[in-house]
Parts: sequence; structure tokens; C-alpha cells
Amino acid sequence: MKPAPFVYHDPRTIAEACDLLATRENARVLAGGQSLMPMMNFRAVTPGHLIDLNRIGELSYLRVANGALEVGAMTRQRELEFSTDVGGRCPLLHEALAHVGHRQTRNRGTLGGSLCHLDPSAELVNVTALLGGTLHAVSTRGGRNIPFPEFAVGYLTTSLAPDELLAGVTLPLPRSGHGQAFVEFARRRGDFSIVACSALLGLDARGNIAGAAIALSGMSHAPVRPAAIERALRGQKPDAAAFKAAAAEAAKLDAAGDPFVSAGYRRHLARVLTYRALEQAAARARETAHG
Amino acid sequence: MGDARTIAVTVNGRVHERTVETRLTLSDFLRHDLNLTGTHVGCEHGVCGACTVLVNGRSARSCLMLAVQCDGQEVATVESLAKGGKLNPLQQAFQDCHGLQCGFCTPGILMTLTEFLRDHPAPDEAAVRDAMTGNICRCTGYQGIVDAALAAAKRMRETRS
Repeated sequence: MKPAPFVYHDPRTIAEACDLLATRENARVLAGGQSLMPMMNFRAVTPGHLIDLNRIGELSYLRVANGALEVGAMTRQRELEFSTDVGGRCPLLHEALAHVGHRQTRNRGTLGGSLCHLDPSAELVNVTALLGGTLHAVSTRGGRNIPFPEFAVGYLTTSLAPDELLAGVTLPLPRSGHGQAFVEFARRRGDFSIVACSALLGLDARGNIAGAAIALSGMSHAPVRPAAIERALRGQKPDAAAFKAAAAEAAKLDAAGDPFVSAGYRRHLARVLTYRALEQAAARARETAHG
Repeated sequence: MGDARTIAVTVNGRVHERTVETRLTLSDFLRHDLNLTGTHVGCEHGVCGACTVLVNGRSARSCLMLAVQCDGQEVATVESLAKGGKLNPLQQAFQDCHGLQCGFCTPGILMTLTEFLRDHPAPDEAAVRDAMTGNICRCTGYQGIVDAALAAAKRMRETRS
């Protein structure tokens, strides 16, 4: 298994990369290579031109600004994993990263690459959906900001135009006091998850739920934010009864089956994982309130 | 030869200059161009971990990198571990603890653990097992591998202190 021949480009600036992307036929962008390289080795993807972003320094950054985490598309997953900003302010992203492939793949894999590949079970895609991330695309025509729901348009398919490049992502950080959780089920550690659930829970002064956010992946082509379940949790006591009701609703969401995992089993996991994520998020929200 | 480039890659401390096809993977470059056949090629899609090497000190699947991406970079392979025919403490621990049977997966496992034990000199068993999730061994059931990693960590700590 070897990649089919291509013409290789390693631009040093975003402008150079955009120019190549706009002028070359059948061009593909190479980020960390942990998904595209296997697909090229299998010859499932045979680009005429490969535009390698690994030498573009300006695509790699990680900073906290205006209550958000701003991350360059080529920032490695390991940099997020070992960042104290991420660990301290967004522990759920840190927890999600522990499930992303393995040490060797996180050393190379990038946030932007994971988002653009858009695997339905990808943990980083789930977290971007939960936090309501905004993606920054650039091309020779200029730049535009894409809210996550408009980015994920189909199975492994984003709304990026063929001449566009993902430059960075803004992930709004949960307000302090919010409980956060990320849980998933996979057959083996580091495997693609079958279903994953992340949750954010804020409590009001009386200890009731002020706001909830849930993202479930593995059900459909992209993570689902079940708005009705999130709304129904508001104002409730964060107890087992409320979480059981939410979990029961999650089990009614649409799910796609495949030859390995049936839709019914995915819905079962949605129920179990929604309950666990909410329970953990609530426990953490209470800890913060008392701590 | 199709699209080609001349690259200079430092492998195990020595600079190698070669003209290669741009589609050549790092694993094939090491094995076929440099005759460093210690790096094994198993699945060629980033799942088995047999081809793990260090690139600028960090473990990476060499089947998922192109040789041209390593132009000007430093690569370390399993051949860098033994010095003067003498196994290093990690390799010795694998021999002592029966950390291998057929040996196919061993080069990748040794390189993964080289990085892991450098960053985590005193791991517990759970941490070692987690570090090993990216390397598949079909012979040992991992018990000997985990024992070897823990024994090597202990010996290296003792030598250091």
C-alpha cells in the first residue's frame, strides 16, 4: 500500500497555500496526516497535488482571548493535551483528547485536521459542537467565519469550498462554575468511539440547573446537540430523576446502524452515556460551587 | 521517477542525503533507501504501531509520514538504541522479562516506550498499559511487555540516582 503519485508542495505561508489551492487541480491539504495518509496509502484518496501545511508556522498557535480558546488549525493534539490553559479551563477537552487515537498519533494529529476530516465519532468534533465553536476559513477570496452547525454538512463532508483552507478555530470556554464531562464507549482504548457524549451544566444560586448543553456523537454524520433535552433540563433539580428523563429522550434520537453496530445499540449507548455525562457534570458543578 | 526531491535527513545522528519520490513514506525511506530494516512495516495505515520511530524526539507512525516531510529533521529508529552491540536497559529488560516472542512489533514498542519512559520515568502499570494502546502485539498478551517496561523504568531510575 503506497500513495499514488502526486505533486508535493510545502508552502511556508497561508497566502502561498491559498494560492496553490486556488490554482491546482485536484489538490488536497495535508495536516497531521493521521487520517489522510492512511486514505492515500489505501488509494481511497488520490490527489493530483498535495499541499503540506506542516511548514506553515502561522497556523500553529494556542491562546486564551475574550473568554475563548483560539487554536490554530495546525496546532497538534499533543499541544492541547499538555496545555495548562486547556487542562485548567476546559477539562472536558482534556478528557476528550485522552481518547483521541494514541500518543503517537496525537504527536502528529492536529485540531484542524480532525475537524476537516469530520469523522462522525471524532472526539474533537464533538467538543467543538458542544462549545459552539467557530471555524475560520481562508482563501485567495478572503476569510469567513463558519459556525460549527454550518460547517458539518454531511458524512466526512464540510462546507469548506475547494479553494478554502481552515486556518483556525475559536472555542468559547465554559463559564467558570459550569460542570463539564466527556464520556465515550469504544471497544478498545484509542479506538473510534461507538457513541460519545459531552455535557456542560451550570447551576443557579439555589442549586437548580441554569443551563445545560449536550453533544452526542456516533449517532449521525456529525455530533447532535439535542436542543429539546437541553431546554427541558433548565430549572430542574440536578438529580437522578432529571438525568434519567433526559437519558430516555436521548435514546429516542435518530441513529444510523452499520454492519457492526446497530442503530438500537447506539441509542442504548446514547441513553447510558447521556446519564453518565450529566451526572458527572453535575457533581463537578457542585464541587466548584462549594470549593 | 515522478515528482522527486533531494532531502537531507538526520537518522540516528547521521545525515543522509538522498533524492526520493515525494510520495515515498518515511518507513519505506528508512528500510529501502537507508537499509535500516529494524523499523517494521505492518499495517501501513497507522493502526499497528510496528513502524513507530521518533521524529524530533516524538514518537510517530513512519508509515503516515512522507520522507520529504523529514527534510532537515531528526529521526531516531530502533537501531539507535544498542551501543557497541550492547543492549540498552530497555532492550535488556525486554529480553529478561520475555517482552517479545516473534519480535515483529518490538521495534515500534521500544521506540514508543523510549519516548514514554523519558517523559514519565516512574509510571504505574495502568500508565504503561495506556501508553501501549497504540502498539499491537499478537504473541505476548502484553504481560511480558508491561513487566519489561516497568523493570526498565526501575533500572533506569536506579542508574540515574
